[in-house]
Amino acid sequence: MNIYPYISLIPLIPFIAFVLLGLFGRKYLNTLSGIIGTFALGVSAFLSLATAYQYFFVDGKVDGVFRQMIPLKYTWLQFSSNLSIDMGILLDPLSVMMLVVVTFVSLMVHIFSLGYMKGEERFATYYSFLSLFTFSMLGLVLSSNIFQIYMFWELVGVSSFLLIGFYFEKPSAVAAAKKAFIVTRFADLGFLIGILILSFHAETLDFQTLIARLTDPQSSQLLSITTASFLGVSMLTWGLVLVFAGGAGKSAMFPLHIWLPDAMEGPTPVSALIHAATMVVAGVFLVGRLFPVFVFDGAALIVVTYVGAFSALLAAIIACTQTDIKRVLAYSTMSQIGYMMFAMGVSGKGGEEGLGYMASMFHLFTHAFFKSLLFLGAGAVIHLVHSNDMKDMGGLRKYMPITHITFLIACLAIAGIPPFAGFFSKEEILLAAFHSNKLVFFVALFTSGLTAFYMFRLYFSIFWNKETKPHSDSHGEGPISMRIPLVILGAFALLAGFAPIAKLVTPDGREIETHIDVLFSLTPVLLAITGILLALRLYKKENDIADKIATAFGGFYRSAFKKFYIDELYLFVTHKIVFNLVGKPSAWIDKNIIDGMMNKLAEGTAKVSFEIKGLQSGKVQGYALYFFLGIMGLSALFIYILN
Amino acid sequence: MNEIPLSHILFISTALFFIGMYGFFTRRNMITILMSIELILNSVNINFVAFNKYLFPQNLDGVFFTIFIISIAAAEAAVAIAIIINLYRSLHSVDVNETSELKF
Repeated sequence: MNIYPYISLIPLIPFIAFVLLGLFGRKYLNTLSGIIGTFALGVSAFLSLATAYQYFFVDGKVDGVFRQMIPLKYTWLQFSSNLSIDMGILLDPLSVMMLVVVTFVSLMVHIFSLGYMKGEERFATYYSFLSLFTFSMLGLVLSSNIFQIYMFWELVGVSSFLLIGFYFEKPSAVAAAKKAFIVTRFADLGFLIGILILSFHAETLDFQTLIARLTDPQSSQLLSITTASFLGVSMLTWGLVLVFAGGAGKSAMFPLHIWLPDAMEGPTPVSALIHAATMVVAGVFLVGRLFPVFVFDGAALIVVTYVGAFSALLAAIIACTQTDIKRVLAYSTMSQIGYMMFAMGVSGKGGEEGLGYMASMFHLFTHAFFKSLLFLGAGAVIHLVHSNDMKDMGGLRKYMPITHITFLIACLAIAGIPPFAGFFSKEEILLAAFHSNKLVFFVALFTSGLTAFYMFRLYFSIFWNKETKPHSDSHGEGPISMRIPLVILGAFALLAGFAPIAKLVTPDGREIETHIDVLFSLTPVLLAITGILLALRLYKKENDIADKIATAFGGFYRSAFKKFYIDELYLFVTHKIVFNLVGKPSAWIDKNIIDGMMNKLAEGTAKVSFEIKGLQSGKVQGYALYFFLGIMGLSALFIYILN
Repeated sequence: MNEIPLSHILFISTALFFIGMYGFFTRRNMITILMSIELILNSVNINFVAFNKYLFPQNLDGVFFTIFIISIAAAEAAVAIAIIINLYRSLHSVDVNETSELKF
């Protein structure tokens, strides 16, 4: 059974690279550190591809069903005979697919950064943080235990914090890092409570056992969790919704999405890795991991569906109005993750009904490629223009042909034009939504039109529109290390749609038959083309139609541009309400009661010692006298009183 | 011949003890203080021997204790005199009141 001992190396190699670069990188290995980090990731990526091949095509399948395997497991903390925290590796189609996605995208980002971050003073630190992130993310996807996943979850949050705040001399980067950390921590609190609820009732932390117990109608654990209730909602639903809240925080779902656009302050390759392809889909992964339980309890799944659908729509509307190219991409990421979430939400347990789950994973897979490509392309553009604002760009197709072509491929992929990758996955999602929830289906359809519009608004504004000349000291498209990942990811964005995810990654491990229904796919494709044409009309040449339309929309445009004032709302709630009602009283208590008690104690001690310090005269005979009097006193006590 | 009663001996040892104590508290010369300590120890020795003789004549425990105390007192006197010599080197005096460095 133990056929995969090398899998533990996949997360461990980046960890070793992290330790090495973190300890010695800056002093001894500064220029070498990029190569070391990239090489380590290359080995990991190779091993994960080997694992994927081994699992999917050699021995993962038993009687036509992909089974879950635990190739490695040892007990880390034993609380009682039946409750322990284990460290282990869980292999199933979901984790194997994530393994490939994470290592592959991370490898591309490592290679890209060789050129992008060249000459950076803290080059080695950057690579050690990247390695730390990759280690944590790989640990997260391989976790066999809900507590193990929580630990890696926090590690991922920390490395994201470190990388967002990489340019810590910029106040905006520091603020963004802090915001990302606090918002996700707040969500993680929900996650932790959710974990406690679920594991308290299921009496285990192990995923397999937990899922088995909570989906078996005969089990006593299920009876206990469904009969216990809080505010009229069963504890099972509470636990799942809270776990989902943790996932929503990481995956930037409404209303916890506010950190993602700000997180774009980090270096662009980091945005490509963390805030596009890997960490932000951790929430989807988490729902996928506990999917059998979510399906069993429909109520939590409904929350997932509507949060996902609403986030997808909201983010798409905001994305249409932003002018910072990375923010547009950030909102589009949020919108696409919304797609994955509601696809999970509309899915059924297995068989043909498991289409949504499969589609969600399929979209996660294709999205990782084309969105990291978009970010890396944006990185190349920013590298050339030295600005994030699309007003400073235009006509760049002549200066950066490779970036132009790959960016176009990625835009077509995300817009869902056949035969690019996004078409297939989005098609499955829409189909799944159509079969189970018409409202969500129409929201998704509208959003997909919007997606095509804003992506091509971005594309035309960068590469067409007005002519801008790059700076005279321009270095063209950047070094070869920045072009290779673009080309490779471009190829994947083109071809990933043909990956047989439907045969591999399904909720119950059985294949799903999929077929492209031409009539059904006509509508979304036509909508996407309409969006593209609209963007073409508005942004290909310099004109003022777009501004006129924006003025016509008036207040709606302004509020979308201001991201619907959600940030302001949060600021109001935190500054005016939380600070005044909770923060200030606690500060008062801390300052006056807690500190006051300590201060008074110290003052008292000081006063007493000041008074009695005369006794410490330095005269030996004085001390001897005290000693003698003491003996006399004790003798008197023992002889006359205690006797 | 009448035996000397125990109380007489105890009286002597108590007197010796308090003479020593008096010397210990009133003398300023460190050598004299050391001598007073020897007096106190000797009063204890007398007690040990006397109680041994009068209460448990068949045992020798008290006598042994006395021997121990005498040898320890000798060692202690050596250490104390070494300390006094060192103090004399730095302070050029054997007055205890001069050695008040260790106050607050």
